[in-house]
Amino acid sequence: MFSGILGKKIGMTQIFAEDGTVVPVTAIEAGPCMVTQVKSMDTDGYNAVQLGFGESRRLNRPEMGHLKKLGAFRHLREFRFEDISAIAPGQKVNADIFQSGDIVDVIGTSKGRGFAGVVKRHHFSGGPKTHGQSDRHRAPGSVGSGTDPGKVWKGQRMAGHMGNAWVTVRNLKVIMADPDRNLLLVRGAVPGARNGLLIIKKSTRGRST
Amino acid sequence: MDMRSVVDIGANPNIAEFGHGDTVRVSFRVVESGRERTQAFNGIVIRIRRGGAGASFTVRQIFHGVGVERTFPYHSPLMEKVEVVKHAHVRRAKLYYLRGLSKKKTRQKMKSR
Repeated sequence: MFSGILGKKIGMTQIFAEDGTVVPVTAIEAGPCMVTQVKSMDTDGYNAVQLGFGESRRLNRPEMGHLKKLGAFRHLREFRFEDISAIAPGQKVNADIFQSGDIVDVIGTSKGRGFAGVVKRHHFSGGPKTHGQSDRHRAPGSVGSGTDPGKVWKGQRMAGHMGNAWVTVRNLKVIMADPDRNLLLVRGAVPGARNGLLIIKKSTRGRST
Repeated sequence: MDMRSVVDIGANPNIAEFGHGDTVRVSFRVVESGRERTQAFNGIVIRIRRGGAGASFTVRQIFHGVGVERTFPYHSPLMEKVEVVKHAHVRRAKLYYLRGLSKKKTRQKMKSR
């Protein structure tokens, strides 16, 4: 029924498998979330569920009106669920929607890098370090031809703002799901800094093992 | 919730308390051609890396005149036991300088209690 949940990144650690192999995991505080709104085909033109997560100290008037007595949530995010027949506002969602072995996609806001050069942003190799180079160490080099075409092509990779964007990491394996502690351990890294908001969804592509 | 409360990492009950410079005997399970056996490694602890689940320590021995170092993950389930053979008093936490010393020199260094 529920195929996604909101969570908070706690950080990374490692755990040992039975045979001594080290598994790098990210710990996620997943839920508890509450259904704050159900959108249906009839009223909204599509089926979706809005989940609330985290405590907010202050709500403004529109937020209070929207949430009514459900609680003060810091984050509200919408999930497109196909089957919403058994879902009503006020319902709780826990980490128990996942089991170890599930494959999930995790979405988060990546760490902002500010205005980054091409070496950091696009993995350009920069210029030579020696042989009389003065200011070309991290330069992008040529950005195109001359009079023909007489312009720089669209999409030419250049320096610019990097990070602080929604990033999805697909096909991460759930190593452990503990609904009692709202804890989810996922193999590998997820986007963003600690305490960042994450959306964890059952993967649409990955095969569960 | 913070990292410390996520993964429960107490002291490994199989590991006797040891310090930098101590001579220890590490029993570690290895799988060789499908068969599992316990391998022992004797030597001096030259490094202890704390840090929760990723903690490890490095043991150095001199085997047939060749220095051999092995790093063991502190919390590995393959860790059978660690016994302290000899305590030592050393004046620094990382004993990398032993790498440049002969066996005899090392012994003399470790003797000063």
